[in-house]
Amino acid sequence: MSPVSRGFHRRRQEPAENAGRVPPGQYVTHDFPVLSAGPTPHTRLDNWTFSIAGGGQQTKTWTWAEFRALPSQDVTVDIHCVTKWSKLDTAWQGVSVDTLLDLAGHDGPFAMAHCDGGYTTNLPVADLTGGRAWVAYGYDGRPLEPEHGGPARLLVPHLYFWKSAKWVRSLELRDTNDPGFWENYGYHMYGDPWREQRYAGD
Amino acid sequence: MAGTALRRRLSWQVAPVSAVVPETPSVRTITLDVPDWPGHQAGQHVDIRLTDEDGYVAERSYSIASAPGEPVAITVERLDDGEVSPYLTDELRAGDDLELRGPIGGYFVWAPPDGGPLLLLAGGSGIVPLRAILRHRQRTGSAVPARLLYSSRTLADVIYHAELDRPADGVEVIHTLTRQQPPGWTGYARRVDAGLLGEVAWPAAMMPLAYVCGPTSFVETVSQALVQSGYPPERVKTERFGATGGS
Amino acid sequence: MESLDGNAIGGLLYDVFGTEMTAATGICGGCGTSSKVAEFAVYLDAPGTVARCRSCGSVLMVFVKVRETTCVDLRGLASLG
Repeated sequence: MSPVSRGFHRRRQEPAENAGRVPPGQYVTHDFPVLSAGPTPHTRLDNWTFSIAGGGQQTKTWTWAEFRALPSQDVTVDIHCVTKWSKLDTAWQGVSVDTLLDLAGHDGPFAMAHCDGGYTTNLPVADLTGGRAWVAYGYDGRPLEPEHGGPARLLVPHLYFWKSAKWVRSLELRDTNDPGFWENYGYHMYGDPWREQRYAGD
Repeated sequence: MAGTALRRRLSWQVAPVSAVVPETPSVRTITLDVPDWPGHQAGQHVDIRLTDEDGYVAERSYSIASAPGEPVAITVERLDDGEVSPYLTDELRAGDDLELRGPIGGYFVWAPPDGGPLLLLAGGSGIVPLRAILRHRQRTGSAVPARLLYSSRTLADVIYHAELDRPADGVEVIHTLTRQQPPGWTGYARRVDAGLLGEVAWPAAMMPLAYVCGPTSFVETVSQALVQSGYPPERVKTERFGATGGS
Repeated sequence: MESLDGNAIGGLLYDVFGTEMTAATGICGGCGTSSKVAEFAVYLDAPGTVARCRSCGSVLMVFVKVRETTCVDLRGLASLG
């Protein structure tokens, strides 16, 4: 092991009352780090659509105006990034994926999220339903900023945040659980922060 | 020899700090006494690694501020929300050990055989590798003409200020202060743009060699303007420090 | 988030290739643009490190450290040398 650097400490402390809310290996941050595998896309709202595809059905697509007219929810959730930061009590506004799947009529065991910029991530449909996932367009009472995934991102707080795909444009239902971008390189196919499933084999 | 890939292992090693010197209120130059240092080229950097008592590791890269032949030194700007920089600027002291590996880099380097005329463009802490280049130029007695355009927020933020006020023969230093200027300031007082570059840069016809270093937005603006003014892209070398120049 | 460039991964590239690589030339498999590795647009600190073509944005290199192993994907490059 490397020698200890005298007087060096990592940055943060989590207060005792948060202990039960912070998964193993995580630390609490009060800012909102921006991590990305590529440049921030800037999709114009008049070009933006969201789709549910696959599942043996014709694709269902909403324009921005149609999407914003759907019933939405305000949720406050804790989020956990695989790079070890957790942010508590984050406030989002968006459409529940349950609502989207009900309206589209699609079904299937697995889904691949497709995003502007080419990013993909895979999830079981069971983890996108039951009130556990949203397509979110508002953060902290304001429109979601591009660097944080705006116009809209997937929000799946019970899994590591790389599954909450920024700049999401469609969910494609599939029969097979195919790996998305990071999963291809060895990140965990499921990604439960409470079982510390960061990498394949964890 | 400039540009030759050195066939050697790049290993982490521990070196004692020999001095920590303030450059500005938020900037320190840290000199190291590295055993068996293989030497470096002007423009290269080192990776620094810090380890806490729990085994947590933080790693950052810093340009080497000293010329080949001088003891290895890095210059670090304290970023208020940084994890590593406040430790290096406020806590680290002479006698402490620092873990480093290097030298690293073979693209953003200059030696006299590379020629010129040299156009060095620094945004904030981007001055560090360019200062190493200027020191190397002076130590080797090179007569290559050199012009440094250095963008800082205020006069108090100018790193190596005294040294840059006494440039070597054949070196011109031009400052621009973007946020605040002292009373009576007659120099440039804005961010570097195409117009400013047009007044300062060597004409493209002289086939200058340009080195641009600083925050990503500075590097993008300046390098694009140089290429648009006729500099061949392969004669414009860039090194981006990110939005805040490291943390 | 602004990108850095290939200079920022000089040490990582040295670990992977065993030699200095920032001055090497890469050809983008997407658009054919030739540039120095030092000029690639680099995104650090994500779950992995991604280097993209500055011209067309195609992914050129991906480095992911999983426990003690670094996974390297160079499929986006038509050539590197």
